[in-house]
Amino acid sequence: MHATITPSATRPARVLRWRVVDIVVASVVAVAAGVVFWVWGQVQNPISGPVSAVLPGFQGLLNGPWLFAGVLTALIVRKPGAALYGELVAAIVYALIGTQWGFATLLSGVVQGLGAEIVFAIFLYANWKLVPAILAGAGAGLAESILDLLYWYPGAKPEFAAVYAITTTVSGALVAGLLSWLLVRALARTGALSRFAAGREATGRV
Amino acid sequence: MTQGPPVPAAVRVGGWGWRYSGRAAWAVRDLTLSIEPGERVLLLGASGAGKSTVLAGLAGVLGGDDDGETEGALAVAERPPAEARGTAGLLLQDPDAQVILARVGDDIAFACENLGVPREEIWPRVRAALDAVGLDVPLDHPTAQLSGGQKQRLALAGLLAMRPGLLLLDEPTANLDPAGVREVRDAVASALDASGATLVVVEHRVAVWRDLVDRVIVLAADGGVLADGHPDTVLADASSTLRAAGVWLPDETVPEAEPVAPGAALLTARELAFGRGPAVARRRRRASRRTPSGVALPERVSLDLAEGSALALTGRNGAGKSTLALTLGGLLPVLGGTLRAEQALAGDAGPSPESWRSRELLTRIGSVFQNPEHQLVASRVRDELAAGPRALGLDEAEIAGRVDELLERLALSSVADANPFTLSGGQKRRLSVGTALATRPRLLVLDEPTFGQDANTWRGMVRTIAELRAAGHAIVTATHDAEFVAAIGAVTLELGAGREVAA
Amino acid sequence: MLEPVRTGPLATLNPVAKLGAALIVTVVLLVSIDPVSAAVALALELVLVAFSGIPLRTLVVRTAPIWIAAPLAGLTTALYGRASGTVYLQWWAVEVSDGSLQLGLATMLRILAIGLPAVLLFITIDPTDLADGLAQLLHLPARFVLGGLAGLRLVGLFAEDWRALTLARRARGIAESGAVRRMLGQSFALFVLSIRRGSKLATAMEARGFGSPTPRTWARPSVFRGRDWAALGIAALVGAVAITVAVVVGSWNVLGR
Repeated sequence: MHATITPSATRPARVLRWRVVDIVVASVVAVAAGVVFWVWGQVQNPISGPVSAVLPGFQGLLNGPWLFAGVLTALIVRKPGAALYGELVAAIVYALIGTQWGFATLLSGVVQGLGAEIVFAIFLYANWKLVPAILAGAGAGLAESILDLLYWYPGAKPEFAAVYAITTTVSGALVAGLLSWLLVRALARTGALSRFAAGREATGRV
Repeated sequence: MTQGPPVPAAVRVGGWGWRYSGRAAWAVRDLTLSIEPGERVLLLGASGAGKSTVLAGLAGVLGGDDDGETEGALAVAERPPAEARGTAGLLLQDPDAQVILARVGDDIAFACENLGVPREEIWPRVRAALDAVGLDVPLDHPTAQLSGGQKQRLALAGLLAMRPGLLLLDEPTANLDPAGVREVRDAVASALDASGATLVVVEHRVAVWRDLVDRVIVLAADGGVLADGHPDTVLADASSTLRAAGVWLPDETVPEAEPVAPGAALLTARELAFGRGPAVARRRRRASRRTPSGVALPERVSLDLAEGSALALTGRNGAGKSTLALTLGGLLPVLGGTLRAEQALAGDAGPSPESWRSRELLTRIGSVFQNPEHQLVASRVRDELAAGPRALGLDEAEIAGRVDELLERLALSSVADANPFTLSGGQKRRLSVGTALATRPRLLVLDEPTFGQDANTWRGMVRTIAELRAAGHAIVTATHDAEFVAAIGAVTLELGAGREVAA
Repeated sequence: MLEPVRTGPLATLNPVAKLGAALIVTVVLLVSIDPVSAAVALALELVLVAFSGIPLRTLVVRTAPIWIAAPLAGLTTALYGRASGTVYLQWWAVEVSDGSLQLGLATMLRILAIGLPAVLLFITIDPTDLADGLAQLLHLPARFVLGGLAGLRLVGLFAEDWRALTLARRARGIAESGAVRRMLGQSFALFVLSIRRGSKLATAMEARGFGSPTPRTWARPSVFRGRDWAALGIAALVGAVAITVAVVVGSWNVLGR
């Protein structure tokens, strides 16, 4: 998995192997995301009932926060497998805190992570700007909606399924994609990401 | 992989330099020096001279092409550091960031596992390392329950289990209380005596390591070596440079504080009980409130604070200095007894600080935390200083005036537009004091203001406090630093002993 | 919150076995959407819970979210599920029918039957033992497993940091400004602190030889013993009984068809 591209005069070398700092910071970010999942889980439970009662299928809009772990991790660490790792570790943390979804949480994590991972792979792990971020969020959303419709709402009507899939995907694109991208930029400005390309791009040569 | 007793390693640096990716300036440039096996070296120099970079380079943890570029040669035990993992052990400054696993034994065994040491050998090494640092806890003791000094010793044990030939210590005692400093120093001394390993230690406090080292090297700010030789010679010859660089020379005298006549009473406490309760996050103005939940420490405290006075809260770790400081600052609830803000302090806000709105707290009591990063709320230094006045609703001209004055006074003008997180330790500390001063509170509460500070920042802090006292402010500080207490002329209240002692 | 429960026979099982048991039950119950298999599995699990030795209070607190979420999901399905048979209520998009009621019941029981054992198994897992198991038994890459574990440990510091951040906001005079804005600001600060601590931790781990090409040894062996196979066996048995009863009764279906 080691690939170095000989640098041109201005572009830094792109290394695809994970460094130790990549692994640890990815874990920290994913773990923090797992805690955020727990908080969001507490909030979403009471809300999604009324929402789904009034506007069936629109509770998909509340699904965005479940998807940001993978995209955020990938945008920071910029290595293959980062999106999958981020979502999976966040899901494991969420499961360890003792939640209701059990093993399905891990399954969710894998599927959501893959949804984002595939998008970044399509961009050859070279483009980490706004557009791939939004698309990755959308990809994670789409993947989750498929899993949810199979597990949570297996007997749902086609209209419900369509609305749910679309709202989840949009929520993913906005919350998981756009917000993650903005968050990474804000983090970079604090200098916390100085060991990552994401951090150095934001601050330039200081 | 090291089998058998550690072999002391030699260090050869030949014209070595390192530049971090994303920086324009070289962290270290053209450094040449040579350290023989078994030598014990104290590395000094101003901040920015690259001392930490040199240690990290010797330990082989600077990274590869991704992290920066290198020039020149660096060798530990005749091999490049990256290939000599396990030969050099690096101890860092922050005790919390070096605890890797949840149980003491596992944490120490971690290094052995990484080096491929066979299982039968690991646990004997773990026990030996634990004894070598004098840490008397069972192997399954949770690491989260260790004190700062214990955590540093644990990290040292983890390194010793590797049987390193070179021990690298990067400001290991900066964040510790005096007892912890002694513990770590003694542990290092006994480890060195047992193994004869080479030592390179970076530290501001020369007195701690002076008797242990036999050579002092001073790095110049622009690269290269400024002085190199026996401790007595170097410390005498380069003393002015060292003082300017913020190094604590061993025989520094601490100036006496000017006495200040006390003014109006500000805050009184009678039989105050304090402890870790729920944080006072919202104001409460209920006349009859429920007794707040929280476990009170057994000690009861009575004190009087007047304008121009200074009080130092001292005592061993865990005695509750920080907790009392936070309670006096109106941030933690009173769990018994009374805490009363007098007219001069409270104005029209009522006598109980914990019931004040946070905006009211701004102009009355300013609190400065032990870790300045907890208090950063803005993305530019300028906005950070303006946050308090802005919350008060002052007009922009007034805010700008106050901000400029503080930037000037705290020597932060050069970083006025930088992100506060990117500042150096000393700058962050000055900034957090500045943010508390921006709203001109009558009482200032400081939690460990001199932790990890070099001599220059320390002196600056003493000066600032003297100015504040002369202007009628009152100071409360929770601190381990006895010299600081003497320098600001504070009355001491020792927790754990329960008596008020005149300075 | 993250402190594992160390009492009872569940705590002595290998974490990988617990993972495996939860996985078996989940997969079996995910395949079919019928109330019978879920109910049978749930009944058997409740019996096993009685033997698990976990204190009642912990049980109730940790599994409470499931008992709330499952009926909610069941209700949603009952209201909007695929209609078949007699229709009892129709209003806008809501359509309550025989089919949707049955699907709702099945969904609720399914979530309970999958979630309950998972929670109970997971809360007895010690993270370090799990990392050992994943790396030694399943041969997952050690760098990732241990790096992940190290990151997980930093969570313990989150709570302390959060408290300090809350107190600091009050000291800075902004504790009363918009709760949402303050929460977001604090969360951001927490992220920054954690990432910086993580970077330092990574350096500390590398300083102890982590990440080098030398093959790693393990100080704590992770073994799969008889009782671990037994746990897997019991999980398989629960699944098998559930499937059998459902097939016999005739309500077994694959993914709703």
